[in-house]
Amino acid sequence: MSAVIEDIQKSEPARPLIARIDWVRASPWLYTIALFAIWEASVRFFDLPYTVLPAPSRIFAAFYQYWSPIWKNSLQTLYTTTLGFLMAVVGGLALGLFIGWSKVIYAGLYPLMIGFNAVPKVAVVPILVIWFGIGAIPAMLTAFLISFFPIVVNVATGLATIEPETEDVLRALGARKLDIMLKVGIPRSMPYFFGSLKVAITLAFVGSVVSETVASNYGLGNLMSSAQSQFNVPLVFAGLLALAVEGIVMYSIMAWVERRMTGWAHRSTMSH
Amino acid sequence: MTHLVSIENVDMRYGGASGTLAVAGLTFKVDKGEFAAVVGPSGCGKSTLMRLVTGLHIPQAGHVIVAGQHVTEPVSIVGMAFQNPSMLPWRTTLDNILLPLEIVERHRKRLRAHKAEYVEKAEHLLDVVGLKGFGSKYPWQLSGGMQQRANLCRALIHEPQLLMLDEPFGALDAFTREELWCVIRDLHAAQDVTIVLVTHDLREAVFLADKVLVMSARPGRVLREHRVPFARPRDLEITYDKAFNDVVHQLHGEIASARRAA
Repeated sequence: MSAVIEDIQKSEPARPLIARIDWVRASPWLYTIALFAIWEASVRFFDLPYTVLPAPSRIFAAFYQYWSPIWKNSLQTLYTTTLGFLMAVVGGLALGLFIGWSKVIYAGLYPLMIGFNAVPKVAVVPILVIWFGIGAIPAMLTAFLISFFPIVVNVATGLATIEPETEDVLRALGARKLDIMLKVGIPRSMPYFFGSLKVAITLAFVGSVVSETVASNYGLGNLMSSAQSQFNVPLVFAGLLALAVEGIVMYSIMAWVERRMTGWAHRSTMSH
Repeated sequence: MTHLVSIENVDMRYGGASGTLAVAGLTFKVDKGEFAAVVGPSGCGKSTLMRLVTGLHIPQAGHVIVAGQHVTEPVSIVGMAFQNPSMLPWRTTLDNILLPLEIVERHRKRLRAHKAEYVEKAEHLLDVVGLKGFGSKYPWQLSGGMQQRANLCRALIHEPQLLMLDEPFGALDAFTREELWCVIRDLHAAQDVTIVLVTHDLREAVFLADKVLVMSARPGRVLREHRVPFARPRDLEITYDKAFNDVVHQLHGEIASARRAA
C-alpha cells in the first residue's frame, strides 16, 4: 500500500493526508477491502453458520490450512486453462481470418457458430471424457471450446468492417484480396482480437473448472467438488477465491498485452 | 489533343436486370491535362461515374476508354481521393502515403530497393500540400484538413495520369476548404495531371475546373457542359466577381430544374 500514498516527506506539508492519496489508484483496493469487511460484518451480525456462508476470516484460515493442495490445484487449473486458451487464440485467429475473408463464408459459417456457441459446454464434457478419458485433456478442450468463439467473432468482425473507401482506393490500384487483407484487414482487426482476449481468458477459466468439477482428479474444480462433498464450505470458498485471483491476474496480463500491441487504436479513440 | 477519358453511351444498372439504373446514356470526354468538374442533384450517379472510370464497375452497355484502352479491370493509372480521408491509423502519414506503391504492380517490385527515392518523393509531395515535416505523425495527430492534404499525397504518389476526387472537401470548414482549393489548383498547374472532381459545391466546381458537367437526376446523364471562361492562374478573389457568380447562379438554376424533373 506504500505506492498508494504518495511520498509524504516530499509533498507539501500544508496538504492534508486525504488530498495526498491518489483515490483512483487506491479505490480497487479500498472497494475490495470494503466488500470483505461488509461480508465479515454481515456473517457475524446475522450469525450465519459457516456451512452456509463462511466469513472471510474463516476462508482465509482455510486458505492457510489447505495451502499445499490449493497451491497445487491452482497451478493445475492455471495450466489447463492457459493451454486451452492458447489453443483458442491460435484456432480462433485462424478461423476468424478464414470467416472474414469472404461474405459467402461469413454468411455460411455464422449460423453454425452461433448454434455451436449456444450448446452448453458442460454438456460437451461427457463426450470429451468418452473420447479422451478423465483428467487434464477434457479440461483443456472445454476451456478451448468456450473461449474461442469470442475470438473468432471479433477477428471476423474486424475484417468485415473495412471502410468501403479504403477498399475502393486499393482495388482501383489493382490490389488483390490478399493485398487488402494483409495491408488493411489484418492490422485493422488486431484491436478487436486483443480486446477479445480479455473476454476469452475469463471464459477459459469457466470451461476448465466446469470440466474439472465433472471429470477430473485434479484442479480447483475437483478440489471444490470434493470439499463440497465433505461439507467443507470454507475450503470451497477458498477455491473460489483462488480462482478469482487467477482470473484477475490473467485478465490484467491480457489488458496489458492489448495496450502494448494496439496502442494506436486507443490513442486514436482518445483524440476524437 | 487526345481524350484521356472517353465515356460513350454508358448504362450502369445495380443489382441485376431489374435493379436500379444509376446512369443511362452517359457520354462525356475529358482531355489530357484538363480539369473537369461534375455537379448534379444528389443521387445522380456521380459516384457511379467515379467507379466506372476507375474500373471498379464494368458497365452493362457502352464504352469506357481511359488512356486509349477499354476499361475491363481496375486501372492503376488513376489516383482516388474521397471525402473520408481513410488514412490507416496504425501507419504514420508517410507510410500511409507510400501505401499505393506497395500495391501498384510496377512500383511494388522496386519499392524495397529504392525506398529512399520514394520517401523523397513523398516528402516532396508533403511539402507541396503544405505538410512539410508531418510525415512521421500518425493520422489521428492531424486535423481533418491536414488528413485530407495527406490523402491527396497518397492519391498522387504513384504519379497517376488521372486524379479522381469524390467530394474531397465536403467535410471541411469553409476556410480550410478554400485553402485546399488553392492546393489542388497549384497541383494541377504544376503537375501534368488530369483531374475529375465530383462535387456538390458549385463555387468549388467553377473556381477549379476548365469545364463543368451538369448531370440529370437518376438515371444520370450529362445535361450540359459549361466551359469556364476565367483565365488561369485564378485567385480566390474571383469567387467574389459578378461574372463568377453569374456562372454559379446559372449552374444552380440548371440543377434546381433537374431536381424538379426527377
